[in-house]
Amino acid sequence: MTTEAGGLEAPAAWEPKIVAFICNWCTYTGADLAGTSRMKYPPNVRVIKIPCTGRFDPLFMLKAFERGADGVLVSGCHPGDCHYTAGNYNARRKFTVWRKLLDFAGIDLDRVWFSWISAAEGGKWVETVRNFTETIRAKGPFREYGEMIDVR
Amino acid sequence: MSDRTAGIRAIAGKWLQDGTVEAVLGWEQGTYRDKTAPVLVRKAEEVDRLVFNERCTNNLMTYLKRDPVRSLNTVGIVAKGCDIKALIGLIQESQVPREKVKILAVTCPGVRNADGKRPVKCAACDVNTPVFYDEIVGEKIASNPDRAARFRDVEALEAMTPEERHRFWREQFDKCIRCYACRQACPLCICSRCIAEKNQPQWIETSAHPRGNFAWNLIRAYHLAGRCIECEACETACPADIPLMLLNRYMAKVVEQSFGYEAGKDPQTQPPLRTFKLDDDNSFIL
Repeated sequence: MTTEAGGLEAPAAWEPKIVAFICNWCTYTGADLAGTSRMKYPPNVRVIKIPCTGRFDPLFMLKAFERGADGVLVSGCHPGDCHYTAGNYNARRKFTVWRKLLDFAGIDLDRVWFSWISAAEGGKWVETVRNFTETIRAKGPFREYGEMIDVR
Repeated sequence: MSDRTAGIRAIAGKWLQDGTVEAVLGWEQGTYRDKTAPVLVRKAEEVDRLVFNERCTNNLMTYLKRDPVRSLNTVGIVAKGCDIKALIGLIQESQVPREKVKILAVTCPGVRNADGKRPVKCAACDVNTPVFYDEIVGEKIASNPDRAARFRDVEALEAMTPEERHRFWREQFDKCIRCYACRQACPLCICSRCIAEKNQPQWIETSAHPRGNFAWNLIRAYHLAGRCIECEACETACPADIPLMLLNRYMAKVVEQSFGYEAGKDPQTQPPLRTFKLDDDNSFIL
């Protein structure tokens, strides 16, 4: 579908595509709890399980955007609750630096969310995914990154 | 012949003669008058090749990661204060054992880029007289650093809107030809196999299109966060004139503000992304 100006138009049925990198021990289990508790949340989120937020690499985020993600969520155990004691503390420093770098490069930080969600917080998972999905829906598709290759 | 050149030759000759080091890494006169080239001197009778002048801009620490130098048991290295900061980083990260390297420090009034101008690092220099070394030559020079000079360009970019910044970097990265000169010149880009060369999976697109360039340049800057000692070797090496130091200095600013750390100061400390504090900033995490 092309607009009069010749650019691509968002298909009518566009849905936010969200990739969530979540830690095995807390957030994944929390999401599981939301499922077993039969809580409803938007199906827009694609979950990728990582062993710990300490395993998160900014490359994951870039790859997700490259493949058309509109938003990326990274979530793990609350500080002090890491299964590996300090993985999330180390991750937090990396998040701080990476997030700032994205901002400096002009990437919209509303498309990059970080959260701590414990295994008992099924409700927080549902709420976070819901809020994030609505934020992204309001913003529309994230074209700037994925389509950088096409624009000349 | 300047006093510094004479001093370097004398000490390098002594070290090579008595076997303190197997070779000395330094600068020699280049093909053109206003250029110097790196040289690895292995014999005492060859020390006269070594020179020091304001064209000794390159940071020689990058050669510590190359095989001919890596295979030596001991190496002497002629270094300015800024170069030594890189060595401090390498020692911190256990890349170079302290006892392997003999530092032949030279006091430095400032160097010049190819265009004859003083680089920003010289305006902001706080180590005209090096503080970490084995031997030192040259008259002591008091530093009068203009530390704000480091972040002047960064702040101009910070004042823009995200859209403007994105456009700015799109245009800059568009010029990148992916020659990886920035990585090769960098003394702290130490991976023997760079992530950009790994292709299973291919994390960073290798084609020189804006998206691949965006990923490469951001990841390069990120990997140097809290490690870059601002020697400007990457930017000097860049054939496309991409202002890479803007990214590096911005990362340095973030690290200073967030973790109160400045790279290249103390070999005993931990690099900031290798450690953490319980009360690090948590405000951006839900």
